[in-house]
Amino acid sequence: MTKPKPILDVIDMNKDFQVKSKTALFRKPASVQVLNQISFELIEGETLSIVGESGCGKTTLGRCIVRGMDASSGQVIYHTEDGQQIDFLKLKGKGSKTYRREIQMIFQDPYSSLSPRMSVFDIISEPLIANFKLSKAEVEEKVTLIAEKTGLNVSYLRRYPHAFSGGQRQRIAIARALITQPRLIVCDEAVSALDVSIQAQIINLLKDLQEQFRITYIFISHDLSIVQNISDRVAVMHLGRIVELAASESLFGQPRHPYTEALMSAVPQPDPELKKNRIILEGEVPNPANPPSGCHFHPRCAYRTEKCVKEVPELREVGYNHFTACHYAEELKLKGVHNELADEA
Amino acid sequence: MTAQAAQTGQPLLSVQNLNIQIKMDNGIMNAVDGVDFEIHKGKTLGLVGESGCGKSLTSRAIISINPKECETTGDIVYHSDSEASLNRLNLLSLHPNGKQIRSIRGRKIAMIFQEPMTAFSPMYTIGNQLMEAIRIHRTKNKKEAKKIALEMLAKVGISDQEKRFDQYPHEFSGGMRQRAMISMALSCNPEILIADEPTTALDVTIQAQVLELMKKLQSEFGMAILLVTHDLGIIAQMCDEVAVMYLGKIVEQAPVKEIFANAKHPYTKGLLKSMPRLGGDKTKRLDSIEGTVPIPINMPPMCGFYDRCSDRIEGVCNTNAVPKTRITDQHSVRCFLYSDRQEGAAQ
Repeated sequence: MTKPKPILDVIDMNKDFQVKSKTALFRKPASVQVLNQISFELIEGETLSIVGESGCGKTTLGRCIVRGMDASSGQVIYHTEDGQQIDFLKLKGKGSKTYRREIQMIFQDPYSSLSPRMSVFDIISEPLIANFKLSKAEVEEKVTLIAEKTGLNVSYLRRYPHAFSGGQRQRIAIARALITQPRLIVCDEAVSALDVSIQAQIINLLKDLQEQFRITYIFISHDLSIVQNISDRVAVMHLGRIVELAASESLFGQPRHPYTEALMSAVPQPDPELKKNRIILEGEVPNPANPPSGCHFHPRCAYRTEKCVKEVPELREVGYNHFTACHYAEELKLKGVHNELADEA
Repeated sequence: MTAQAAQTGQPLLSVQNLNIQIKMDNGIMNAVDGVDFEIHKGKTLGLVGESGCGKSLTSRAIISINPKECETTGDIVYHSDSEASLNRLNLLSLHPNGKQIRSIRGRKIAMIFQEPMTAFSPMYTIGNQLMEAIRIHRTKNKKEAKKIALEMLAKVGISDQEKRFDQYPHEFSGGMRQRAMISMALSCNPEILIADEPTTALDVTIQAQVLELMKKLQSEFGMAILLVTHDLGIIAQMCDEVAVMYLGKIVEQAPVKEIFANAKHPYTKGLLKSMPRLGGDKTKRLDSIEGTVPIPINMPPMCGFYDRCSDRIEGVCNTNAVPKTRITDQHSVRCFLYSDRQEGAAQ
């Protein structure tokens, strides 16, 4: 293999939301920092998963990358196929069009993300018509091809979304994202609305398509079992910050952040023989409008000290390509998934 | 051994041959078709299946809260050991708005719903809604009811109850609302708790808290739980016995360890295999069940899983209704692959 080529660099991305006060009419709206200095690099052809609880900013991050939303500050450097580097966030209007079609998104709920008034053919061909000048016959040909690739029955293309089941609809959404031949797809909880048996079909489909077209995925999910199955690298987010970023094996085998450990421990395992000592976090996710001082995780952390309350931990490298934002990453002996299974055996 | 204990003694609730039909424009849909199960004191029965398999309708039928369009037949027999008047009562024979079912609903059999957002009325305070059930079933005295409500809030781990009592549902977070819901369901010391996807809308960390809480309260109050979920992980952790539903039928039923170690029905096997699990081999493809769930409208007598099954027998599975086969005392399955073990099974 050639040297890994980056496709996207996210540098110091911040996103604030303005929240109006309900009581004071003329007070300046308070701002909530939803993304806090997010930086990471994305390698071509890999799958980077972003996990975290609801409200941690993972969806906002995805949206800022595809520019469904504008980041407050920071850069997203996009490496084009011919080696140019473009700050995607600075592009305006027509200038961004070429790159928009190379970065696509798949949404969570296939019941609300597809227009009920458009036939499946129209849904899939819309991005194609918007981006390329093609004859009707060419459009037809491309749509048919992509429908076959995504496992849709070609004879059903003239039907409307209501006639399809959840899994089929998600295939339509995938076909629509794929039709412009993107290099990067952001999957925002793409399988969480589906039943288990259908989920497996869609995950396999995503993997096959990646192999075939060398697509890079950013896979946003809260389900760690799926994340472990699909990703090469994983970023764990907590309250707008990346607290841990590492290769999948390394993160699941040897987590270095107490939050990652707790998340893994909370996943119910489909094995009644496995009686594990689960770490049950106390309390709930803190309010991002009023985040705790120091390390944002400290109120729920079992290993906290004075230092955690006062100082914000930096994201630093603690192992080969293993980054974590914890003051005590080296000292803590945290439990990973594989260790646990090994212990049981 | 837990399963054996479950078998002894009279069940609290036994559901026999439950059928729910819904009239549609294009025929009759058999949403629930010949479901049998029993719920025992202090035990948890898990009802697992994909969306549309009829698990929610089944659980709602027990307290007669399905919409009018659902034609329900069969027997749901409730055996109360505390009140003689309620012994061996067929809940389905009661009028759904009648006095008797209302004295059971919420009092003896309580329910937790999936969406803590929509289950509470946004117009009333949490305290008001908590007290409603208590004042109907337990005490007319307002002060006493408030005391009980505050105690319940404390039991489910809500701090600062006095303040929380007067807050509206929108001021609660999702996890807290689900806790409040549990405290409401438990406020009358029910004998049976029906939990319909109680943690599906919650984050894993909060889910772990809520499940732990349910277990703790079960051991404290000794109630029986009917847990409806699609998550096999939750089943493994919480249940003593499992019933797997597919297309309105219970296709397999067994103690929890038996289901995970020795599943018989191709659907159960497929479901277990298609689940990604932590610590699994990620280079391997997930086994998936091909195809989708058919819609059970005007279904001929055949196995509902036929089209998706890899072990189907043509001429047998698609022409006959599938009988229930007992593998062991507690393990039963609806599949022709095993039916030769039983005498008189259709060949």
